Amino acid sequence: MKKSKWGILFISPYIIVYLLFTALPIVISLYKSLFVNYWKGLVEVGPFFCGLENYVTLLTDKSIYTYLGNTAIMWILGFVPQLVLSITLAAWFSDHRLGLMGIQFFKTVIYFPNLIIAASFASLFFSFFADCGPVNALLMELGIIDEPFQFFSNTWSTRALVAFMNCTMWFGNTTLLLLAGMLGIDKSLKEAAEVDGASTWQVFTRITLPLIRPILLYVIITSLIGGIQMFDVPQILTKGTGDPNRSTMTVLMYMNKHMFSKNYGVSGALSFILFMVTAVLSIIVFSLNSKTEEGRGVR
Amino acid sequence: MSRRVQRIFAYTILIIVSFLCLFWFYALFINATRSNSELSSGFSLIPGTALVKNWNSMRHCALPVMNSMKNSMVIALSSSLLCSYFSIMTAYGIHAYCFKGRKLFYTIMIGFMMIPRQVTALGFISLVDDMHLMDTFIPLIIPEIASPIVFYYMIKYMESTLPMSLVEAARIDGASEIFVFNKIVLPLMRPAFAVQMIFKFVESWNNYFIPALILHEDNKKTMPIVISLLRSANFANYDNGLIYMVIAFSILPSIIIYLFLSRLIISGITSGGIKG
Repeated sequence: MKKSKWGILFISPYIIVYLLFTALPIVISLYKSLFVNYWKGLVEVGPFFCGLENYVTLLTDKSIYTYLGNTAIMWILGFVPQLVLSITLAAWFSDHRLGLMGIQFFKTVIYFPNLIIAASFASLFFSFFADCGPVNALLMELGIIDEPFQFFSNTWSTRALVAFMNCTMWFGNTTLLLLAGMLGIDKSLKEAAEVDGASTWQVFTRITLPLIRPILLYVIITSLIGGIQMFDVPQILTKGTGDPNRSTMTVLMYMNKHMFSKNYGVSGALSFILFMVTAVLSIIVFSLNSKTEEGRGVR
Repeated sequence: MSRRVQRIFAYTILIIVSFLCLFWFYALFINATRSNSELSSGFSLIPGTALVKNWNSMRHCALPVMNSMKNSMVIALSSSLLCSYFSIMTAYGIHAYCFKGRKLFYTIMIGFMMIPRQVTALGFISLVDDMHLMDTFIPLIIPEIASPIVFYYMIKYMESTLPMSLVEAARIDGASEIFVFNKIVLPLMRPAFAVQMIFKFVESWNNYFIPALILHEDNKKTMPIVISLLRSANFANYDNGLIYMVIAFSILPSIIIYLFLSRLIISGITSGGIKG
């Protein structure tokens, strides 16, 4: 009896802080989303109770779908190359027959961009790819182009830069996670297949890939959650405008905009929708984890 | 023979990829040493002559760079310390004691582990406003006490490395529960503490979205907010050398941490089973 009291005491700071700063904000977001409340100049409008009107306004307005689309496009543009690169590198690092040297060095280098402030990285790219920045200067010196290419006036070059930065920042992390999964595979399985005459490619597709599927799914879903939150890079790169022509405006940038203009009702609705989406994704990750744990237990 | 070709191919790709990871930062530090006129004359891989000049103009520019560096340090250090300490404490409470609701707590924490604070931003900000904590560091530090991902890492680490027999032995010797935690459990958890503290430090250091909504006064701003102001209107009269210097300065702490602790960081990513 006395002992269990100590357990509760040890977890109570965590519970209090969690309830106050994580659970309560979810309730507040939901509550605020049910009221019309915004500022028109210096005059506050509302709050008036309006039921689900904010959700209707949000979901019948075309712009939310544009921003969802932008977010999805930039996420896919960054994630697909990231996954291909990460699987390839992890497969090389874990392949003893290939016998690569300096693996620790390469691991250290590829993880490095993950530690850099995204805001600084984006700011750096803004300078490098500016109309009279070093990249344009270099391309002109090499004679590839005659006049500066305006990277930030073109939809696809801006999106590609955002995707490239996200890929650079995250592929090291993904590689290390997949590598851990590949190194966890029972070596005798691969050896048996090799004795039976399987090629490297066959071992990879028939043994390695199926066995790392839980980690692969984990990587995809956590990256998806990260993708939904995409903010820092496009925000800094476009000074919060999402230009050219709002083609790089993400969902979170849109929410940020509503919050700055103090439109509490609509941003509450958006906040709550995003919460629901990430909650579902998070629970999928949870069930994946517990499944693999059970699997390990059986073995 | 074909394996040799494959090896050469792998090395080529790895070198290109490594180049793409490091080149930007190398060029950044080079550019931070060049003056505005040197920068406008084209691209160079050789350091310039304006390092001291850029450093001085950064110290005296319109943006509160030095003060923001200090603010970022205070926030990142205190939130990472509190986060690691309380996550271990919570994990210990769940791991070493039996009480009602223990399993429920664990399931909820892990189930909602991946939900980022960003998505509940509106509620969080209006709560902070109602508590009159706008323009203070408290809403950036205290909430880190309850960080489900770190808690999960700690409990996994405990399950694999903390021998309960040691705890039992100390109890039989008459040690109080608090003494057992602070003097026996905490030292045993030191590697996990260090790893999570580094990750949390970097995460807090890099955080931009929430601090930008909370800190408005100039003397309260953090580094990422200052970075976002580099292109703003009241700083339009800019000097490119200065801009590169500020960016370089903002990432310097992360680079120093990485130079000394890269091995620990890399092993930390995968050792706890899962890290978001």
